Amino acid sequence: MAKSIDVSDLDIYYGDFKAVEDVTMTIPARSVTAFIGPSGCGKSTLLRSLNRMHEVIPGARVEGKVVIGGQSLYDADVDPVEVRRQVGMVFQRPNPFPTMSIYGNVLAGNRLNSRRMKRSEADDIVERALRGANLWTEVKDRLTKPGAGLSGGQQQRLCIARAIAVEPQVLLMDEPCSALDPISTSAIEDLIHELKSEYTIVIVTHNMQQAARVSEDTAFFNLAGAGLPGRLVEMDSTKKIFSVPEDPSTEAYISGRFG
Amino acid sequence: MSTATDTRPTDRALLPLTGAKLPRWAPALVLALAAATAGLLALTLGWGPVGTAFVAVLLFGLALPAWSLAVENRRAATDRFVTSLVWGAFLLALIPLVSLTWTVVSNGAPAFSAEFFTFSMRNVVGEGGGIYHAIIGTLIITGIAALMSVPIGLMTAIYLVEYGAGKRVARSINFLVDVMTGIPSIVAGLFAYALFLIFFGPGVRMGFAGSVALSVLMVPVVVRSCEEMLKLVPNDLREASYALGVPKWRTIVKVVLPTAMAGIITGVMLAVARVAGETAPLLIIAGATDSVNFNPFDERMMTLPVFAYYSYTQPGVPPGPGLERAWGAALILIIIVMALNLLGRALGHLFAPKTGR
Repeated sequence: MAKSIDVSDLDIYYGDFKAVEDVTMTIPARSVTAFIGPSGCGKSTLLRSLNRMHEVIPGARVEGKVVIGGQSLYDADVDPVEVRRQVGMVFQRPNPFPTMSIYGNVLAGNRLNSRRMKRSEADDIVERALRGANLWTEVKDRLTKPGAGLSGGQQQRLCIARAIAVEPQVLLMDEPCSALDPISTSAIEDLIHELKSEYTIVIVTHNMQQAARVSEDTAFFNLAGAGLPGRLVEMDSTKKIFSVPEDPSTEAYISGRFG
Repeated sequence: MSTATDTRPTDRALLPLTGAKLPRWAPALVLALAAATAGLLALTLGWGPVGTAFVAVLLFGLALPAWSLAVENRRAATDRFVTSLVWGAFLLALIPLVSLTWTVVSNGAPAFSAEFFTFSMRNVVGEGGGIYHAIIGTLIITGIAALMSVPIGLMTAIYLVEYGAGKRVARSINFLVDVMTGIPSIVAGLFAYALFLIFFGPGVRMGFAGSVALSVLMVPVVVRSCEEMLKLVPNDLREASYALGVPKWRTIVKVVLPTAMAGIITGVMLAVARVAGETAPLLIIAGATDSVNFNPFDERMMTLPVFAYYSYTQPGVPPGPGLERAWGAALILIIIVMALNLLGRALGHLFAPKTGR
């Protein structure tokens, strides 16, 4: 069910401001791809354009092509809502729905789309998603309690469970561990390792060690200068990027001599 | 330079962390002395209670900071002065509230009886009779007004927050809502009268028209309070919902509204409480009657504020029972508004997003 993503000649704008310029890349299926680079270089913007979430911001638009599993996302007759059902997303800050229980949060994607299902089927989905997110043993006795009562790390795993409960083909993660402690981070990294057998995962991270630990491929983004659009500097296997990168700016960034 | 760094630690060590402090009972003592002095002055000079209290507060407000300045320091003195100012303002604001409640309760409570709540004023001269017709009228007219204004107001707020951001239409709606907030209530009544005049001819009186007048006053209040509540819903939640492939309208109905529901209910209840006490528009368009009228689409309908107004201005002969009924109606109106506020708070609490483990 996982699919690869082909991005070609992608420009992303916020109003008149060009945020990302001329990105061409291929993200392989069933593997983890990490986006690294300094703040403001367009990693998150590019990630959000992979499931048309950037359109939520007024004035944002895209020129170029994104193809997932042979289907172009930006064709005129594509429904962004359908795209988002196929391409799930986990955000930087855990954002469980405050009005819903843990159970309701996991089922939110199904329930909010008013899919009718039997109680047993719903229970199955919840258990599978929570097991998938490594959260089942911690919450199985308090599924009816509010999701907002969990700890930050648990909330983030709840959000991952919520995202995989709708069985997307691609999972986008926008700095999923930046608000978490090392133990929760390690739990989520383990989870990413397990999930990559079923999903195509793209993760934005500021943590270089994390990129090296979890990803197969790494893409390095950089700004040409202040006020200029971000662009893809290079993309290669993580091993190569972290040992013998082709571009000197990549090496400078990775080794901490950025500037 | 080196000497400066050498002397600093010793200077620091000498900085005292403790200082002289007034005892805990100092404010109480000063207050008692101030009250005693003012009382003594009042006895000798023959002041009334208001003057005495004023002098007592003045003495307290001067004496306590002065004592504090002498014993403690400047900052503590300022603190004590401002504290007495704030308390004074609070008590001053409490006076009219307590006085109003006391007057209405002491004058209105004697009117309460089984007859008062279950009889209208039909064929009643002098003693007896009740405000059943006015209670019914107020409930029906305010209820219909709420039924009309809540959907309009809530949907306007949804448009303004979720769809209209930055658009010219939204800006003009915002302006019009501001203008509507400032409409005097008598103008709303005249508007309803003019509107119904077109369809029903001169001299039209009906409860429904009163509801229309009240909703003109209520809509802007509902729009503003709902708008504020919807703005408080974090954008993260909307994005989380979109990212699950939920369409925008469903996100609004299933995520945004439930999250803001507590505040919306409180706001709506406050708006209802606010228009329930309106007199002027109902005086014009709903009219006054002595009989029970359950049909808002035909004939005059009595309401509590209008009843209180007429009973007080035209109490009849002898005036005693009429005045008593006016106070009774006012008390019932206050109780209804109070109950609505409490209900709003209770519902708000019930719907508030839950935390806890």
